[in-house]
Amino acid sequence: MNRLLSLAVPTHLVHLAPVDAVIVVFYFALVLVIGFYLKRRANTSEDYFLAGREMTAWIAGLSFLSANLGALELMGWAGAAYQYGILAAHWYWIGAIPAMLFLGLVMMPFYYISKTHSVPGYLKLRYGESSRVLSAISFAFMTVLMSGINMYSMALVMKVVLGWDINFSILISSITVAIYVGLGGLRSAIFNEVLQFVLIWAGALLIPILGLIEAGGWSNLRLQIERNASTEYTHLWGTLGSFNSNPMGIHWTGIVFGLGAIISFGYWTTDFLVVQRVLSAKDLRAAKMAPVIGAAFKMFVPFIVILPGLIGIAVLPMKLVGEGVAVASGGHSYNEVLPLLLARYCGPGLLGLGVTALMAGFMSGMAGNVSAFSTVWTYDIYKALFHKNANDQQLVRMGRWSTIGGVAISIGTAYLVIHFLSIMDYVQALFSFFIAPLFGTVLLGMLWKRATAAGGFWGLLAGTVSSIAMWAWVKVDPSALRYVALSPYARDMAENMYRALWSWILCVIVTVVVSLLTAPKPASELKGLVYGETEIPSEGELPFYHRPVFWAGAVAVVFILLNILFW
Amino acid sequence: MHSEGSISIWFFIGISLLGNGLLILGAGLYQLVHPPAEPVVLFSLHANVWWGAVLAVAGAAYCYHFRP
Repeated sequence: MNRLLSLAVPTHLVHLAPVDAVIVVFYFALVLVIGFYLKRRANTSEDYFLAGREMTAWIAGLSFLSANLGALELMGWAGAAYQYGILAAHWYWIGAIPAMLFLGLVMMPFYYISKTHSVPGYLKLRYGESSRVLSAISFAFMTVLMSGINMYSMALVMKVVLGWDINFSILISSITVAIYVGLGGLRSAIFNEVLQFVLIWAGALLIPILGLIEAGGWSNLRLQIERNASTEYTHLWGTLGSFNSNPMGIHWTGIVFGLGAIISFGYWTTDFLVVQRVLSAKDLRAAKMAPVIGAAFKMFVPFIVILPGLIGIAVLPMKLVGEGVAVASGGHSYNEVLPLLLARYCGPGLLGLGVTALMAGFMSGMAGNVSAFSTVWTYDIYKALFHKNANDQQLVRMGRWSTIGGVAISIGTAYLVIHFLSIMDYVQALFSFFIAPLFGTVLLGMLWKRATAAGGFWGLLAGTVSSIAMWAWVKVDPSALRYVALSPYARDMAENMYRALWSWILCVIVTVVVSLLTAPKPASELKGLVYGETEIPSEGELPFYHRPVFWAGAVAVVFILLNILFW
Repeated sequence: MHSEGSISIWFFIGISLLGNGLLILGAGLYQLVHPPAEPVVLFSLHANVWWGAVLAVAGAAYCYHFRP
């Protein structure tokens, strides 16, 4: 994704007609109207930070998915599909679906029944203050930096695609996000995420449909891809037998154990940015159904992201190249495949909708980060460390100020990135350091009664520090890749997979050993937090088609069929 | 989400789809009458006409069903 952020082509790709400009303005106006309308429903902390815990499974589920479906995601993975072929779909299937179903069926009951406001809040209840503070500070810091990167990315993409001034884009997006999240809190962020979800499908769905028509159907598309690139580009699993037999330089063990088992479970089950959306559900059944609904839609996102990348290989007259070559030669980079197809198929009106979908994706990415930051800052840092007796009104006021503060820091980060582009690589790497160990800590906390406060804290710290150490080791000595990623041929993505796997394993080992050496919490303090000490309401009286487990099973079957179909 | 006295999110979605659909349909109909000098690929399918109509109909249905 980092490559997308270094786009620097001087000319812009598309020209907006007046009707396109009207569609863009209409979107901004609607977003602001929603923010002002929802202000009157954000009076208590429960309203502001958890949207009143009254969202249906559909709203929470679409918002849960949407928080991850930003424009950077769309353009970056379409570019990855052009570069690596259908292998990029792993990040939408095995890299998401099992983890989302696991969150809904196994982990959500503990998050929901504990009535926590945040993931660090759960760590406080389960392990104590030190684990909460370690997790909250790292999450708040990284989240607000990521929001700045999102802001910078949007400004850069708008410059490349539309020729807009970077300062103008940063100003407009930050003011809009500050207004609608500041006024309406999480409810406003969720409303806009659902709106963005619909706009992305409405704006992007035509590209694969028209692309398939132009290519002459899926069979002809495959033939053209194999002719223009290679037969490896159309196989999901068949080429993963060794590191150097596929375009990504990855082995199936990295995909299954690194991506499928650790990175995706870490992200989808413990990253508060996405979990916060599900915590807003109106009851436990809705909270369990929301990730299942999200997973059902996630399975079909490759249709609007991966398929356009593959269509680009077949139909675009020019050969897309890496960023460095694109800048040097004045050509187009992989990450421009989606805007290029947008310009190829979409006339006035449709073009405006496509551009609006991209903007909506960026804005809700920023809003998601800012609303999650505001919650963690207010509950897990301000209230925990500075003002333990803060009342409800003070929390809401701090939530609004921290939203504005989060946006201000994001603007600062965006300008910092403009001057020091490499910061982005470091920030994104730093973000990944915390996710895998956090998953180990939360999972043991939920499923193992014997895990202790000291075990949780030292396990989390050991996992995080080891991840940073492995990353630094490869930076200093690139030959260390053969140890960290098990092969000197491994690329960046493969390295990330294995680093996550080792740091998770270390976190679990340290947590278990330290826990066994320290005194456990009494069972009375674990009620509602741990398997075996939590009474989970039975769903026995519900008809089978209302039970989350039935729909999770249906999603799992389709997931398996898709993997076999594109093997 | 549609609690007492509040506007459902689906109504806002309906407004968005209806507004965008009508604008896209209008632009498509204009291009039917005045074909552009440099048409997009597959212009003959008039995607903006039928896609705009689909969005507008879906938006109108949502607006009606989830009206405040």
